[in-house]
Amino acid sequence: MNTVANQQQEVQKEDSMLLQKAMISANYDALATAHEDGKKISSTFVPGNLNELLMCFDLVRNLPEINALQAGMRKKSGGYIMEAERSGHSEDVCTYVKSDLGMMAKGQVGPNGKPLPTPDVLLLSYTGCFTFMKWFELVRDEYDCETAMLHVPYQADGKITDNMRQFVVMQLKEHVIPTLERVSGIKFDIDRLREYLKESAKAEEDLVWVLQSAKNRPSPIDAYFGGVYYCGPIFTAFRGTKDTTAYYGALRQEVAERIEQGLGPVTPEGTLEEERIRLVVEGPPNWTHFRDFWKMFYDEGAVVVASSYTKVGGVYDFGFRHDPEHPIETLADYCLGCYTNHSLPDRVSMLCNYMDEYSADGFLVNSIKSCNSFSAGQLLMLREIEERTGKPAGFIETDLVDPRYFSPANVKNRLESYFQMIEQKKAHGEARTAA
Amino acid sequence: MKTFIGIDLGSTTTKAIVLDEEKTILGRGITNSRSNYGIAADLAKQEAFVDARFYLFRQLLKDVPALKDRLDDFLKNFEQDFRLEQYLEQLADLERICTGNAGDERLGKDGAEIRALLTAVFQQLKDEAPTLFEPGSRRKSDFFRDIAGSQFSSASEKVVRESAIGFDAMLNVYDRSIIDVENIIADSLDESKFMSALERTCKRSTDFSHVVEDVRAPLKRVLDTRIEETYVIGTGYGRATLPFSKEHIRSEILCHGLGAHIMYPKTATVLDIGGQDTKAIQVDPQGIVESFQMNDRCAAGCGRYLGYIADEMNLGLHELGPMAMQSTRKVRINSTCTVFAGAELRDRLSMGEKREDIVSGLHRAIILRAMSILSRSGGIRDQFTFTGGVAKNEAAVAVLKEIAFDNYGEMTMNVDPDSIYTGALGAATFARRAVLH
Repeated sequence: MNTVANQQQEVQKEDSMLLQKAMISANYDALATAHEDGKKISSTFVPGNLNELLMCFDLVRNLPEINALQAGMRKKSGGYIMEAERSGHSEDVCTYVKSDLGMMAKGQVGPNGKPLPTPDVLLLSYTGCFTFMKWFELVRDEYDCETAMLHVPYQADGKITDNMRQFVVMQLKEHVIPTLERVSGIKFDIDRLREYLKESAKAEEDLVWVLQSAKNRPSPIDAYFGGVYYCGPIFTAFRGTKDTTAYYGALRQEVAERIEQGLGPVTPEGTLEEERIRLVVEGPPNWTHFRDFWKMFYDEGAVVVASSYTKVGGVYDFGFRHDPEHPIETLADYCLGCYTNHSLPDRVSMLCNYMDEYSADGFLVNSIKSCNSFSAGQLLMLREIEERTGKPAGFIETDLVDPRYFSPANVKNRLESYFQMIEQKKAHGEARTAA
Repeated sequence: MKTFIGIDLGSTTTKAIVLDEEKTILGRGITNSRSNYGIAADLAKQEAFVDARFYLFRQLLKDVPALKDRLDDFLKNFEQDFRLEQYLEQLADLERICTGNAGDERLGKDGAEIRALLTAVFQQLKDEAPTLFEPGSRRKSDFFRDIAGSQFSSASEKVVRESAIGFDAMLNVYDRSIIDVENIIADSLDESKFMSALERTCKRSTDFSHVVEDVRAPLKRVLDTRIEETYVIGTGYGRATLPFSKEHIRSEILCHGLGAHIMYPKTATVLDIGGQDTKAIQVDPQGIVESFQMNDRCAAGCGRYLGYIADEMNLGLHELGPMAMQSTRKVRINSTCTVFAGAELRDRLSMGEKREDIVSGLHRAIILRAMSILSRSGGIRDQFTFTGGVAKNEAAVAVLKEIAFDNYGEMTMNVDPDSIYTGALGAATFARRAVLH
């Protein structure tokens, strides 16, 4: 059954998506000419990215995972990965890493077809993914560039203590900021940081409002397939900019209109007409077959109402906002609070909370074959969430950007089985209630 | 008469079940899943209706005094004779298509010689056919492709000895023709086929020669019974290719869960090992699926693995289990990769291991992989029902029982001789519910 409103050939996009596309494109252009324009480039990762801080030094921001996922969506990652494997990286290594290394080996051309110059500084804020450290070691070895490493303590007990915060603040003050000053030649200005943080907080407020709009029935958004677009600017090179504040303002407006009209999410084939299943999803999406993957959901009327992946670049929905009054401390709190820095019990509680607050019918894990740090423990989480919520859980396996790891028939088969299992259980529950 | 049909399109075989309004299984049908799922579904369904006719025939013959105490024997003979009729009809198709393909002008003057050899080969196949369908005879497979292929191959080997034509040329003609033959849907419900089979049965033995008049009328009554296809549900890997609307399609997980529950109502955990996937399913007391796990994109350790092993050893799939049961020594095999199955086998043989011990080790490897999938789904609960094509294999059942009991303690483990039809039974039950509930 196709549950979308129209079957136009042209892919349907929201206005905010077009706005975002222009922002991404402008950033890749800025990266391509950065050195000619006399600017320095920083590379950094999404979880725990210190975008506002980097902007204080006029650094152009490059995010290697985003390059890898863009390469995945543009069907280039397969070739890059094979290139990396040829130079000795094993099949089990994170495919973001291999895509990036393969892209470097093949001449460093960015997703827009323009050159991606060598970074001047690598800022690694370590927030739970061990692979990131190894990744930057390889990149540093290749480029011989400056590295600033920020150690972020793991939230093993599920809370941020003052000691943890002070440890991060100390590193920011004594190591990260001086390194960025040295590389950029620009003196740190805390008031400039405050201004960026003010913009961040505004945008974060709107992002949270948009993500929480999925509590409506029907949900006006898909918080996974649409959600990865919605969190894009805040998670990457744009948090703290006025463009980003404007983007989230426009997005909020769009979503508010959809709620008013009682509309479901926009899919590539138009508005979803009938919301049949509400899901909470754990794990990143597959990028190489992103649209085919999404279609497997919307064709069955399945809408994702909350996802953990839209929290990897910052968890905002439990109250955290960047605070311009405490600029350095707030950066520490942001890094400490990233989803990847949370313990398994914390992740379970968060997901159970989503199941309840978003009135989900089921919980689904998309386990990533080559991501050992994120995928470890997901089956245990699944069992626990299933037990605590009494809702059916499903499990599928794909990969981030290795096209060889996406088996459409297998994934579709499991998803269809899972959706039918949810509907069968719902029907049975309703019949029992009626009796 | 209203009937409800479930069709399970598996990667290796396609199965169908016909249920009546009282949930009685009237018939079961199976065929190999060829490249054309639509034809496989039609054939499996037709076979199930043939089987339903046999079922109804049996019910009517129960009251025939001349068959007292000999009903089973009579029906066994009759069914074999009916299968022989079907086989001869397909053999005629095969001969016609092979002869046509041998006329291909690219074969030049060889074409005429091949056609002459084909005449000799098919004469031999026709002569040998009745022996293949003797009651109690063991065939390597029940599918025409396998039976005819094996017979054709050995007959061709003989005839080419006296000829300039090579064995490969004969096999090429066969290979080019068999798919066309498989894609012909013969009318197996045709009255004349049943009547011819009846004549054969009555001629075959003096025991039955005098009952012909007593059974002809009941058979005619059965054949005249109008059986309505009230509702059909399709399931299995090939379901998406069926010309059915969405309401007529169910996931195989749901169908296997429900099918196992119908067979054994106390089922809590189901393990299904099919051709290309292994499924572990947990069901509630109503047969509703609570959770499931399947193998991922790699089909290592599924039924197809055993198929490759059988091919490598030049055995029929039916023969693997009995061979493994002869094992006296445990051989540990860790790889369940289908692609490496042949290499693994040859390596072990070269190390001096016995065939039966290796085959037994391969069965154990499959079950160990299934145990991992079972653990992921939540483990094994009492009662435990094993289904799918591999459940027909006695060695697989024995190893599963041993390992399951070792890990989860003694419990009731159900294995139905017709477990290959579990998914189709679940689908037929959904079809019945769609109309009657």
